[in-house]
Amino acid sequence: MKERKKEKIKTSPARKIFCVCNGILLAVLMTSCILPFIHVLAVSFSDKVYVQAGLVVFLPKGFNVRSYQYLINKIAFWRAFRITVVRTVLGTAINLSLILLTAYPLSKSKEKLIGRSVYTWFFFITMLVSGGLIPSFVLVGQLGLRNTIWSLVLPGALPVFNLVLMINFFRQVPIEMEEAAMIDGAGHFKILTKIYVPLSKAAIATISLFCMVNHWNAWFDGMIYMKSATKLPLQTYLRNIILKMDMSQMTGDDYGLLQMLSNESIRSTQIIVAVIPVLCIYPFLQKYFVKGIVLGGVKG
Amino acid sequence: MHLMLIPGLFMVFVFSYIPMAGLVIAFQNFVPAKGLFGDQVWVGLGNFRFLMSLPNATNVLKNTVVIALWKMVLGIFVPITVALMLNELASLRYKKLIQTVIYFPHFLSWIILGSVLIDILSPSTGIVNRLLGVLGMEHIFFLGDNQYFRGTMIISDVWKNFGYGTIVYLAAITSIDQTLYEAAAIDGAGRLRQTWHITLPGMRMIIALMMVLSMGNVLNAGFDQIFNMYSPAVYETGDILDTMIYRMGLENAQFGAAAASGMLKSIISLFFISISYWVADKWFDYRLF
Repeated sequence: MKERKKEKIKTSPARKIFCVCNGILLAVLMTSCILPFIHVLAVSFSDKVYVQAGLVVFLPKGFNVRSYQYLINKIAFWRAFRITVVRTVLGTAINLSLILLTAYPLSKSKEKLIGRSVYTWFFFITMLVSGGLIPSFVLVGQLGLRNTIWSLVLPGALPVFNLVLMINFFRQVPIEMEEAAMIDGAGHFKILTKIYVPLSKAAIATISLFCMVNHWNAWFDGMIYMKSATKLPLQTYLRNIILKMDMSQMTGDDYGLLQMLSNESIRSTQIIVAVIPVLCIYPFLQKYFVKGIVLGGVKG
Repeated sequence: MHLMLIPGLFMVFVFSYIPMAGLVIAFQNFVPAKGLFGDQVWVGLGNFRFLMSLPNATNVLKNTVVIALWKMVLGIFVPITVALMLNELASLRYKKLIQTVIYFPHFLSWIILGSVLIDILSPSTGIVNRLLGVLGMEHIFFLGDNQYFRGTMIISDVWKNFGYGTIVYLAAITSIDQTLYEAAAIDGAGRLRQTWHITLPGMRMIIALMMVLSMGNVLNAGFDQIFNMYSPAVYETGDILDTMIYRMGLENAQFGAAAASGMLKSIISLFFISISYWVADKWFDYRLF
């Protein structure tokens, strides 16, 4: 039989070769995910001469921290950084409170929440259709939100996909606890804050991390809603200076130090500094997000 | 309980439903100063006719679908392959390390990744081209050459997201009953046969489900990515619906036409997403709510 033949091919040396190749291939894939960033890191620490000659690969040449010194004093960068921190904190807080408040009733059975299917359809429809860019843009302008931080945190105040995740987590809370609390006279708000929230700490952590990463990485809203350059969030600011390579934003004082720096180094340094916060929460992301996406992706 | 729903309902109503109603812009000669739902001039299907008359309309649609389809296909195939490969690793620590590293790019914005890619793919100084030079190959202008632009977009998108997808499939693999493997081994099945007859069928449901759910993205070719890396030189192969809508509406102030193409996109997407959820519900018993 055919099966026998294949069995013979699969002797132990072949298996060994496969394992080694497999390991190497995976190592290549893994390095492809990290080498670009190592290169950027190396450029940020390298001397102008070597960078412009294209000699820097994965190790810094002519090691110096001048571009970091330059960045520390760059007000515009830190202003954008601060705006992003504010929007991330504020935005995540709004996201989370709305998600908790909305997920609690929707996690109840149909008998307990009259009209539940109407509500779920109301939210579900927004996942199917959207007005798209133009009407949203006009609306935000008309509400007078342009050029304010609210234009960055309000339009996506209730991320429906995360809401779905939360509802599913909430459904796992044992109903007996809730019934016991009911008998003791607790209202729904109390049950939510005293039973559901403490019992779903992991879920809340997962969803806050998702929201935080989203806010940290958002750039498009900053680009279209913020008119003044001093109000741009970090990613939008980076887009303006890195992708457009707009040197007109530099002030006179910058030039002294700038002569010793290459554009590449400055760009790289800003990329690195913008990535550091993501790296800082990365261990937490790792801990929680597997649970989150598996629940979101597999679910049911 | 109904009271608790009010804030959420309100926000969604304002920022999702009003824009949907705002699609009436598509039938107007929209002047922002008069406001949404203001006293605008109605032009019927004029904006749609204008879109059809654009010489590059079919090209943009083609770019969108081609890029989106490739991303969908590779976005499923690559993570499955990597998950299977990871599953073969004997060393748990190595497995964990690889997992940790490969989903790192997923959490960075296309601003960051775009600038990193622009840097390493640069035709003159980028490390990729220097490597090609060392290998004796011609330098390639990945982001400025119509021959390479789409491929670069597709591969870099897969590169960003495959680690994330891998996690889902790996979770599916670990949930497969281990006794099946033991039984197969006793019956004399090698690793390859075990993979083919146990692992893959065990993942069948999740693979099919992911395929079905990705269908809704047929017109989402990735605005964030392309917008940050394209240039007029590659509009021919790289301009997609979303970037066209952006330029039309926010750069050229052709609000009506931009809203009209947004509306077309929304309707076509609605069709595909509805089918995908319907199929997911019927075949896989998958329900979001």
